[in-house]
Amino acid sequence: MKAKPENVLTGSHYLDGNHASAEGAIAAGCRFFGGYPITPSTEIAERISQRFPLVGGIFVQMEDELASMASIVGASNGGVKSMSCTSGPGFSLMMENFGLAIMMETPVVLVNVQRGGPSTGLPTLPGQADMMQAKWGSHGDYEVIALAPDSPQESFELTIHAFNLSEKYRMPVLIMTDECVGHMTEKVVIPPADEIELVERKFTDKKPGEAWPFEWNNGDIPPMLPVGKGYKFHITGLTHDEKGYPVINAEAQKKNVSKLMNKVRNNVDDIIWLEEQDTEDAEIIVMSYGISSRVAQPAIAKAKEEGIKIGQIRMITVWPFPEKRVRELAKKVKAMIMVELNYGQVFLEMDRCAAGNCRTSLIPHAGGTVHKPDDIYKVIKDVLK
Amino acid sequence: MSTSVEPAVREEHPMERILRMDRIPHIWCPTCGLGTVVTALAAALDEAEADLDKVAVVSGIGCTGRVAGYMKLDSFHTTHGRAIPFAFGLSTARPDLKTIVFSGDGDLVSIGGNHLIHTARRNANMTVICVNNFIYAMTGGQVAPTTPITAKSSTSPFGNFEHPFNLPLLAASSGAVYVARWTALHVRRLTKAFREAIDKRGFSFVEVIAPCSTLYARRNKLGTGLDLMKFYHDNCVIKHGCDPKEVEIDYQSKIVVGKFVDIEKPTYIECLNEGYKSIFGDKYKPYGGGDGNN
Repeated sequence: MKAKPENVLTGSHYLDGNHASAEGAIAAGCRFFGGYPITPSTEIAERISQRFPLVGGIFVQMEDELASMASIVGASNGGVKSMSCTSGPGFSLMMENFGLAIMMETPVVLVNVQRGGPSTGLPTLPGQADMMQAKWGSHGDYEVIALAPDSPQESFELTIHAFNLSEKYRMPVLIMTDECVGHMTEKVVIPPADEIELVERKFTDKKPGEAWPFEWNNGDIPPMLPVGKGYKFHITGLTHDEKGYPVINAEAQKKNVSKLMNKVRNNVDDIIWLEEQDTEDAEIIVMSYGISSRVAQPAIAKAKEEGIKIGQIRMITVWPFPEKRVRELAKKVKAMIMVELNYGQVFLEMDRCAAGNCRTSLIPHAGGTVHKPDDIYKVIKDVLK
Repeated sequence: MSTSVEPAVREEHPMERILRMDRIPHIWCPTCGLGTVVTALAAALDEAEADLDKVAVVSGIGCTGRVAGYMKLDSFHTTHGRAIPFAFGLSTARPDLKTIVFSGDGDLVSIGGNHLIHTARRNANMTVICVNNFIYAMTGGQVAPTTPITAKSSTSPFGNFEHPFNLPLLAASSGAVYVARWTALHVRRLTKAFREAIDKRGFSFVEVIAPCSTLYARRNKLGTGLDLMKFYHDNCVIKHGCDPKEVEIDYQSKIVVGKFVDIEKPTYIECLNEGYKSIFGDKYKPYGGGDGNN
């Protein structure tokens, strides 16, 4: 299905990543936004609050992030595409009902414009240190999808893509951007509506009384049941069966949790987007995501000029991690380097997947600003010594 | 010629239309008040001839939190304290539904207290039924923000010495347009209150005092469930229109019940529509929500 022309601001714009993300949400058909102000994500909420009245959406500034996340899970179950945005401290609070969205298999999109932490940390300065929280932050075992844009243009595009993935896989999808991309202003080209492909929600085609909210048996993603149409279905945050009824035993737990995991694990080839440069004959590969992938570019270019065989992987999808590709490349290259604004998070996954087949190196950074390209260049030069 | 008429035999349980019989028996203890309160809601929906396809029930966590699982309605069993914001999202997305939050005092007033006051403030269109048994029952009888002073619980073994909330006052002062309190004994009045609350446009709040004989009564040596019902019978005072400031509950005190607030005020969505219309004029289309298939 194509986007509706009235939802799309087709043309060239000068936008920051947060505003671009808001336009992506509107183009994707998002019509409920429950949020709570927090720097550096607030521009998303501000633009949504300005644009929603005339496109038929409801923006609500909720009383806190617990309520923001709960409200979007409720609204999405009402059949309306729903979204929120936040940053570190709010992300911590949202983890509670992020887990509910996972368990209820409810499509929602949540943007985390990362700042430095822990705790209140660095409200207006960048970080990429919530990456493991994105993966493990809510209790229990589950898989997530997390995307990391590197520009305002991609903030627009990946917000649409996040809605599409959330509807396709019936689960919450995270956009793990950062303060730099959120506040960076660049040219954003919004295409005509008929060039924007949208995945619409799949509802059951069975009659009331014959359909259950989690029909997992055939291994596909179960279609949702619409509210208010006589299905009188039940869904719960408790471990449940296909009917959505609570079942508190090990057998039901295995079935429930494995379905939540497998819908991601069995579809990694569809979900994972990577941008690779010169990886085929590389001896060194620099991996990164978000703003760090842009900061790494000058260092990689300089090394290349000096004849170093170097390639780059930019993770557009960070979770699920591109395990298969990293395992393949680790057997061919001499070293893999991770550039990220933390003291080793996604690096741990790269290191695990390299499994000793090549050297691995982290270029750590506590956040607050970005890496200096020279610091990256030095590691590239030294990694094979 | 015989004039006798065969007695009508109902093949189904009278509540089958509204209860998930495949989930019965429920988990609640004998003499718990919840069965009665659920029956009162079922009767209210029946009497109102409500289109049950268009009624959604949302619960949080706790004994009362299990209500959503037993009602044959679109039903959502959410996280602890978040029934109201979940229901707010649902009812805002779907103004065509009657959204009912059915949860307990710990869930709605302690961990969910912030959501209660803010959703009442917005006058969101929903009914909140708060079953108050003065205790956290599901977790084994701990002290609650509703536990009367001196009442014992598993975490106030020497008695509670904190001031409890007066729930009707909390709801009314936060902006609820309908506020009533009854007990699990007042079945017909409670049913009527549920009908009124469900029909009310805006945020309606009904507190239901209910017996927990397993934990609250036993620890405080108040007798059986029947003794608690007798206590309600002898100690409830009906005072419609009473100032909510005057309906505090002390330990084993008189309990003032009745309808305390019933006023008219534009709902959350009506306010938005009016506000935006005044700014944007004909460019603004009144918000109608999604129909679940858009």
